Amino acid sequence: MIHKRTPYAGVAVAVPVTIPYERFSTKSSHWWLSRALAELLKQSGLKKDQIDGMCVGSFNLFPDSAVGFTQYVNVSLRWLDHIPMGGAVGVVSLRRAARAVQNGDASIVACIAGDTNQLDSFRLMNANFSLFSRDAVYPYGAGGPNASFAQLTDYYMRTYGATAADFGKLCVAQRDNALSFPHALFKKPLGLDEYLNSRMISDPIRLFDCVMPCAGAEGFLVMSQEKAEELGLAYARVLGTIERHNGFPDDPIQYRGGWARDVDDLWNMAGVKPADMDFFEAYDDYQVINVMQMEDLGFCAKGEGPDFVRSNTFTVDGSFPFNTSGGQLSVGQAGAAGGYLGMVEGLRQVTHQALGAQVKDAKLGLVSGFGMINFDRGLCTGAAVLAKQDFHA
Amino acid sequence: MTTPIVKPKRKNPVVRTRVPLTPPGMRARATLGLTAAAAEGRFALPVCRDCGAVQYPPREVCNNCLSERLEWRDQPGGGELISHTTVRHSMENYYLQRMPWRLGIVKLDNGPSVVANVHGDVPPPPVRVTIGARLDKAGQGVLVAFPEKDTPDMADDRQLREMTCDPKFRKVFITDGKTALGQALVRAMVAAGASLIWVGQPEPWIPSAGLEELRKIPEVTIIPMDVTDSVSVKRVGGEIGVKVDILINNAEYHRNYGIAARYGVEVARNEMDVNYFGLLRLGQEFGPVMRSRGADGVNSATAWVNILSIFALANYPAHGTFAASKAAAHSLAQCLRAEMNGSGVRVMNIFPGPIDDEWNQTLRPPKISPTALANAVLKALKDGVEDVYPGEFAQDWLARWRDNPKVLEREQMG
Repeated sequence: MIHKRTPYAGVAVAVPVTIPYERFSTKSSHWWLSRALAELLKQSGLKKDQIDGMCVGSFNLFPDSAVGFTQYVNVSLRWLDHIPMGGAVGVVSLRRAARAVQNGDASIVACIAGDTNQLDSFRLMNANFSLFSRDAVYPYGAGGPNASFAQLTDYYMRTYGATAADFGKLCVAQRDNALSFPHALFKKPLGLDEYLNSRMISDPIRLFDCVMPCAGAEGFLVMSQEKAEELGLAYARVLGTIERHNGFPDDPIQYRGGWARDVDDLWNMAGVKPADMDFFEAYDDYQVINVMQMEDLGFCAKGEGPDFVRSNTFTVDGSFPFNTSGGQLSVGQAGAAGGYLGMVEGLRQVTHQALGAQVKDAKLGLVSGFGMINFDRGLCTGAAVLAKQDFHA
Repeated sequence: MTTPIVKPKRKNPVVRTRVPLTPPGMRARATLGLTAAAAEGRFALPVCRDCGAVQYPPREVCNNCLSERLEWRDQPGGGELISHTTVRHSMENYYLQRMPWRLGIVKLDNGPSVVANVHGDVPPPPVRVTIGARLDKAGQGVLVAFPEKDTPDMADDRQLREMTCDPKFRKVFITDGKTALGQALVRAMVAAGASLIWVGQPEPWIPSAGLEELRKIPEVTIIPMDVTDSVSVKRVGGEIGVKVDILINNAEYHRNYGIAARYGVEVARNEMDVNYFGLLRLGQEFGPVMRSRGADGVNSATAWVNILSIFALANYPAHGTFAASKAAAHSLAQCLRAEMNGSGVRVMNIFPGPIDDEWNQTLRPPKISPTALANAVLKALKDGVEDVYPGEFAQDWLARWRDNPKVLEREQMG
């Protein structure tokens, strides 16, 4: 069913910021989020009291939520949201903030996500990730997301004929993209043989299929186009978005995400088509999810993902620029900031502010999010089409 | 196919004994029904009484019609393994020290998909499996996908053996070899492949033909001990405690009558001394050392078995003081289970109805034979359960007690 959607008229997305990631940090998540806010102010030239809305994503802010954080950095806001949606937090934050600005509930919304990574924090987060995970997944081998995604990967490979080399190709291409990205934690070239020979972590998932937990923060600003132009900021426009939670509850195992329910809505609202995209920033916590996003968002049909992988290069200068900063696989997964990585990189590409390799003449890009393995599958999906500020269909 | 385990070599006394670890044991209260059923060897899930939807993971409200009228029902367990993985890296030390570990997703025939341990003899997916519930080393219920048909040596599966207390290659201590039950237990453990069986001999000056027969069994060592004598229990604990993998406390003092028909407290005191204080003495001498050996290799310490009585649940006035002593022992056994938690050593309580022996001579059938009871203990060890109510009498009594304990109490008054 196609819904009649109000366009995001007059909304600008600007100022992509990244606080350089660290493998382990002695600082708190509050510190990382604060750094992202400070960087947004510095790069936009705004004063703190000009920010009147905030959207926060973080796994390890406990015992605080975004509320406590307002006093931590002493901001007075008339609009605040805290979005606990893991890998979908970037897309969903953009949706929430865009509507708030469009409707006048806020003038300038700072969207920030960040997490620290202390020695044991990844285990603790997994041990208490969700009620169902704590009751019915974590006690079984305690492999965290590796084991859960291994199940989906095993099923997908058997059902649709994807091979380790297909998945390896994506890892290798993303690493290639990361080589010029200054914030990537992995800067060593990766070859397909090295991928194929890497040790099994949870069959069929190999070491190089797994993202590395780290500390970091990301952010961007949402405001009106008039405001962005007044401030002299390069910005992107939002052509279309979708969001879905628990997309296919009756599937016995996840082989598609909620995108597949909403994909027509997305392209219909955006008024462009998949082939128009100059790049695609997908949520790359394991290759099977990358391939699902290519299928479910309309780049190829269900089950044709492996062929699509074989017929594209995925490098910034290639046939299907994909995860152009290297994605979480090469940059690292900084908790909830991992759900912002693609959004912030997509914003850079479409505003021609890439820190690494720039996609030539990028005018349109797709950013996708996927989050929260609550029990046996990821529940949150979302996607947004970003356009260069002067793009006209 | 499962590779049969081989008899472990004699333990090297200078090698450090590994400290027992357990899998993550935290569960929501709504999920503990899975553990409660698994403790009896059953696989149960919440089922909606209004729409019939089977719930997994367990919850308090139906995920289909939102009714709150859920009840735990035994499940057939049939399903299809639709994916599997072999986990080779874990965030928890318990698993990290036991890698690799096989898991799968099983679509149950009657509803949801579950994440389960996968027995090594299950072929790769897609394949039919049978889901069963077992207790893990944390004492929590977990699901296991078994092959549809039994396979040779399947009990020796490395992952499954973490959840069971199989006597194979283990050393067993049976506290009283002078009773028919004690002798039946010895024979059951020998048949199951126990490597060594110590058998307690109370009052060695009183001859016992049955006990003398046991001496002919090569695996058996008779050891004088009386559970009413603290010094004797301490001595035996010091002698063999560090080697006992399975302790079966069958020492029992049983006389008839209640309060008025047998004047004085001497008999009741004897019952308490054996049935209650005996367990307490054993718990103090053997509990801590068994606790420390919960992860001591293939033949780790694994189970503590108490032969209680179904009359521990509710008083049977014709044997009133005996029932009271068993109720006390049951309560103490719950304490012991809590204290052993975290060690991987399972505390099993066996609640038989009247045993077919001299002290139940006046009771009408059905009575459970010592051999049947010993076999029930062996099955409990192989399944790794916590609570067993063997025989028709115990099952009948349990059903009445679960239905309404007050009605059961009233029924005992004729």
